[in-house]
Amino acid sequence: MIDFELTPEQQEGIKATHEVAKELFRPISRYYDEHEHESPQELIDNIWKRRGEGLFDLGMDATAALRIEELCWGDAGLFLCIPGPALGGAAVFSSGTQEQMQRFLGGFNEGKPKWGAMAMTEPGCGSDTAAISTTAVRDGDEWVLNGEKIFVTMGKRALEDSDGFVVVWATVDKSAGRAGMKSFVVPAGTPGMRVEKLEKKLGIKASDTVTIIFDNCRIPFENILGNPEVKKTETKGFRGAMATFDATRPIIAAQAMGVGRAALDFVKEILESEGIKIRYDTPRQQLTALERDIMEMEANYKAAKLLTLRALWMMSQLQPNSLESSMAKAKAGLAVTKITQKAVEIMGPLGYSRKYLLEKWMRDAKINDIFEGTGQINMLVTARRILNYSRDQLK
Amino acid sequence: MISFSPTEEQQMIVTMAKQFANDEMRKIYRECDESGEIPDNVIDTAWKMGLTSGSIPDEYGGSGGEHSAITGSLIGEELAWGDLSMTMHILCPALFAYPVLEMGTETQKKKYLPLFCGEKYKAATAALIEPRFGFDARSLSTIAQPNGNEFIINGDKCYVPLAAEADFLLVYARENGNSQGFIIEKGTKGLEIGEREKNMGIKALATYELSLKNCRVPKENRLAGQKGCDFNRIMNCSQVALSALATGVAKAAFEYSRDYAKERVAFGEPIASRQTIAFMLAEMAIEIDATRLMTWEAAWKLDRKEETTKEASLVKAYADDMVIMVTDRAVQILGGHGYVREHPVELWLRNGRGFVTFDGMAIV
Repeated sequence: MIDFELTPEQQEGIKATHEVAKELFRPISRYYDEHEHESPQELIDNIWKRRGEGLFDLGMDATAALRIEELCWGDAGLFLCIPGPALGGAAVFSSGTQEQMQRFLGGFNEGKPKWGAMAMTEPGCGSDTAAISTTAVRDGDEWVLNGEKIFVTMGKRALEDSDGFVVVWATVDKSAGRAGMKSFVVPAGTPGMRVEKLEKKLGIKASDTVTIIFDNCRIPFENILGNPEVKKTETKGFRGAMATFDATRPIIAAQAMGVGRAALDFVKEILESEGIKIRYDTPRQQLTALERDIMEMEANYKAAKLLTLRALWMMSQLQPNSLESSMAKAKAGLAVTKITQKAVEIMGPLGYSRKYLLEKWMRDAKINDIFEGTGQINMLVTARRILNYSRDQLK
Repeated sequence: MISFSPTEEQQMIVTMAKQFANDEMRKIYRECDESGEIPDNVIDTAWKMGLTSGSIPDEYGGSGGEHSAITGSLIGEELAWGDLSMTMHILCPALFAYPVLEMGTETQKKKYLPLFCGEKYKAATAALIEPRFGFDARSLSTIAQPNGNEFIINGDKCYVPLAAEADFLLVYARENGNSQGFIIEKGTKGLEIGEREKNMGIKALATYELSLKNCRVPKENRLAGQKGCDFNRIMNCSQVALSALATGVAKAAFEYSRDYAKERVAFGEPIASRQTIAFMLAEMAIEIDATRLMTWEAAWKLDRKEETTKEASLVKAYADDMVIMVTDRAVQILGGHGYVREHPVELWLRNGRGFVTFDGMAIV
């Protein structure tokens, strides 16, 4: 049955995370935007203390997406600082064995806060993930990794500030192309791995984005996710990466929704205080330009959110959702980019001023159209799927 | 719990509607658009599917199915994929029957609903739109003036589907500041049906102007009797229905231009393998899906009898833009071929352009 009713658990989750966003994130939002790379330690400690509540055990389903939206409504950068395996966890989850899940994710709620990260992008390749040049060479019971990864979200926290891990995509046989692409879990503190260059960014400044160098970095053989063999016809490793994206893209879309709604709520609040009502029951040709803008923003927010929930629902139904995930991500990234930019325009001096958070949300929003696949890559995936074209047929 | 899966029963009806759209409508839609006529047998075949009577309770002669905006939206999209004119013709009796079903007094239900449960198509319609600039359904120029046991109605209407053949019309007029519905029977003095209209699109659907000149209507013919109808809800239902139809028209245009782009070779390869074309198609697909999901959400609220004005107007405006974007691009993808009437995309563009005007012309 087509249904949009939230379960009591989902409603509770939204309420509780909204409270966290409002009480814990918002008051420190501006500070950590202006003090890039400073750790919001108090917040992390607070969340860590409350981990028993289950509020921050964010999986990859609609329930998680709804909570993530609330948290990102609070602050998208601070959201990324919440301890947990994050995208690294998603990769282990979609390609790892039961034993690996237990080994790498099992201890995440114990001891001290930990983070996970995923390293895909290299200086020489971004969206073209099959062109990676980081190598993994087998040496007895070990893999030896060499290469450079950039733009690793939360890499510093995962590897320098905690006992977390990073999932690294590398090739075991460059000549095999996609078939040679595999993913490996590298725990923090592994010799031969070092974190370099903390990026200075446009937004989500509370999160860290780093370069990781692998210089004869040795990891146990059993840290490979998926099958170690290379068969030219088999591209499971690469498909593993893509399967990870199927799961993570709607989650990024949910993060986007949070930022977009923050901007929308802010604009609507100001309009209400000015006594301006949006006349939903009035014919379009009689609406003011402002009303039209707001309605378009609201509709785009809704459209992106429903596409996101559908992609996640399909995943929970074990249906292939590659197309729907890419649709959701393409739409959400663009929608919040436009919503927040329009909000700044509408609010005029209030929008551009750092006295309010709106300008920050515009900067924060933009990342959602870039990481985990740019809007263009997601359009490309969508196009290939609807046309039933291979990558050779549609480049 | 959030779910995007229609029920088995809905899937069955959708399959049936889809088959009808494909086997019947798609075979003759061009001919109908050119001639302005829809063969009776096609309408009768559709009528036998029980699309209207299916939602009418047993006690009034229907088959007692649940009246659901979600089910209606699912059916509407499939039919509109086949052809919009025929769809609006097929759904036209519902413009009268559904408001009566939802809001009518017991007497009104007893009197009118059984008429829609027969073997033969029963033409009935509603008159809402007025031929003037700045038309607003919530602020009508047609006026209903109470006068003893009657209302005296004056005003002009346009885009009234099947007005000439309809035995009953639900005419919306302003009464005491609000929009209200009035049941007017064919032949009532003062009701004058004008010439059939000539429009840019939906050419196979017969629509008319009509005027009401001191048209006297008994008090008991006011929809929902003394308490009056919930006009907001009628508008919302109509906006949701039209959004579903727009999705169907857009889907037709998307599929056709997608298939064309895969076949049409330029510079040695199908034009679909160029990103300029492929990205147009991707955006069309995304926006069609987005509109459908928003339609479902609004329909879901309607079915729960919740206030839906915001959702309905958001999705309708979104659908209006979407269907124009998609049908225009379909024409563009076909290039010169899209402009000639040998291909259907120009027809879909003409039909698609109308949605912004079609307020109150469909209901599910």
